[in-house]
Amino acid sequence: MRDNSAPLSFVDRAAKAAPEAVARRVRGLSDRAIAWLFISPTVLLLLAINIFPLAWTIRLSFTNYRANRPNARLLAVGIANYVSVLTDPDVWAAMQVTAHFLFWTILIQTLIGFGLAWLVDRRFRGHGFWTTVILIPMMLSPAVVGNFWTFLYQPQIGLWNYSLEFLTGVPASSFSMIGSVKLAPWAIIIVDTWMWTPYAMLICLAGLRSIPDYIYEAAEVDRASKWRQFWTITVPMALPFIMLAVLFRGIENFKMFDMVNLLTNGGPGSTTEVASITLKREAFEKWRTGYSSAFAIILFVTVFGLANIYVRALNRVKSR
Amino acid sequence: MLYAVLAMVPLVWIFLTAFKSPPDSIAYPPKIVFTPSLAGYCNLFNSISRQTEDYIASLPPAGNVCDRLARARNMVVVGPSNFVPRFFNSLIIAFGSTALSVLLGVTAAYAFSRFRVPAKDDLLFFILSTRMMPPIAVAIPIYLMYREVGLSDTRLGMIVLYTAVNVSLAVWLLKGFIDEIPREYEEAALVDGYTRLQAFRKVVLPQAATGIVATAIFCLIFAWNEYAFAVLLTSGQAQTAPPFIPIIIGEGGQDWPAVAAATTLFLVPILVFTVVLRKNLLRGITFGAVRK
Repeated sequence: MRDNSAPLSFVDRAAKAAPEAVARRVRGLSDRAIAWLFISPTVLLLLAINIFPLAWTIRLSFTNYRANRPNARLLAVGIANYVSVLTDPDVWAAMQVTAHFLFWTILIQTLIGFGLAWLVDRRFRGHGFWTTVILIPMMLSPAVVGNFWTFLYQPQIGLWNYSLEFLTGVPASSFSMIGSVKLAPWAIIIVDTWMWTPYAMLICLAGLRSIPDYIYEAAEVDRASKWRQFWTITVPMALPFIMLAVLFRGIENFKMFDMVNLLTNGGPGSTTEVASITLKREAFEKWRTGYSSAFAIILFVTVFGLANIYVRALNRVKSR
Repeated sequence: MLYAVLAMVPLVWIFLTAFKSPPDSIAYPPKIVFTPSLAGYCNLFNSISRQTEDYIASLPPAGNVCDRLARARNMVVVGPSNFVPRFFNSLIIAFGSTALSVLLGVTAAYAFSRFRVPAKDDLLFFILSTRMMPPIAVAIPIYLMYREVGLSDTRLGMIVLYTAVNVSLAVWLLKGFIDEIPREYEEAALVDGYTRLQAFRKVVLPQAATGIVATAIFCLIFAWNEYAFAVLLTSGQAQTAPPFIPIIIGEGGQDWPAVAAATTLFLVPILVFTVVLRKNLLRGITFGAVRK
């Protein structure tokens, strides 16, 4: 950050002193024109690629349109699609799967992430290098890496099962992470945790570093124990950052598609069918476009609500 | 540190598998020591397809190193591999959309940062909220829309789509970077007789160079990694690498060394970029909120 209280240079002072009118005359295009010129392409693109399709989705959600039969007669069905989405037991099952996935990934990732951040914050030798190494999985493509995890999870030849056999003695071929109803939800949680714990760690680390040292020194003077310092200083002061990580992961995992699609494709049965997978099935396999549009709108409203909270949390952190 | 080592195991395993021969890759127990083989990589770059022996005898001389290697060892050749064109698509689409979104992003960010724009906060929230939409929900109307205007399965269509997704990140990140440049610099330039546009080009852009590079890399990584849109909206022509890699099929099931080789080649650019970015990583993933 530049120190703004530094004495003004000659040019700075000249700039401050220049009357507005002179400045405006030499500008050519007015500021207002430039502002619009600069902003409108972005807004237009977003209107064309996001808002127009969204409006279209809303319209379709009130019809019986099917994308594979574009010439069939279009019937307005009112809110029937919404009613059938909200009363569909499959949808609620998918929501439960999503909730289970969300709850455990966020809990585990925040705990491990905070722990790691706390350790990295001690600044041991070479912490920069190790931090970078820890961060790598988060930058990789969930699809491509998720696909490779199916290989690691193979019961006979996979590294995962073999390692467990080696460590615990449970025969490697006796269980299959992605083939069994009980284990499959955990298989996706493990991969997600592997990929995204670094994210929680990075944000928690920023939170920990934002706590000024003098607070700890003051606590030291007051003879507060380390344990007490942790709970009364570290946790509350890092909390906005932790919330940020939780919300962001919440939104992202609510939309989770690529990794789960490749790892289990919702299976076995529908034990790992998160909301996005159900939506893909309805929209691109069963071609129930009207129905899936209604579902998409419902999901979108949920995410939008979460995003609203997220942006508020962002601004809170920012104003610190 | 222990965690870091554990976290690296899957990646190291991908790297190792890429150099195994197909039988070694599916051996039980999994082999850590093995004779290295280039079969995986070669299956990605083969230009000939699997045929009967008579046919192979009648083939023209092998075209490249990989073809020759395959012949010499009497290997089963599966192909011709589509890996190269898919990888090429990924490159074009990622770079194209990155260039566009940074261009749009830097201009919009400058306007948001410097001028009084009506309903600024609402516009910024609107821009961010477009990124929060679930990709599948967006893909349904986009699929219909692209079908109408003939953009389905084209590189141009994918570039436009990824630009729309990335531009929100670009605007938010770049606004943060531009906010940090003191206004006095531009004001001085204005006094010197520069127009606003000249001041933007000659004063602000060079100052924001680091921020622009960091933003570009973030956009690049997103476009490079994107899967949901790619798998739903492309099938041949414009298909990128992420939907292609999982369907590399070999003799009797998935050809894991080839998949691993493709994965390795696909991940290497990201590894390089992550190391380049590490100082700005936190900013990027929080839309510029946390600056360290």
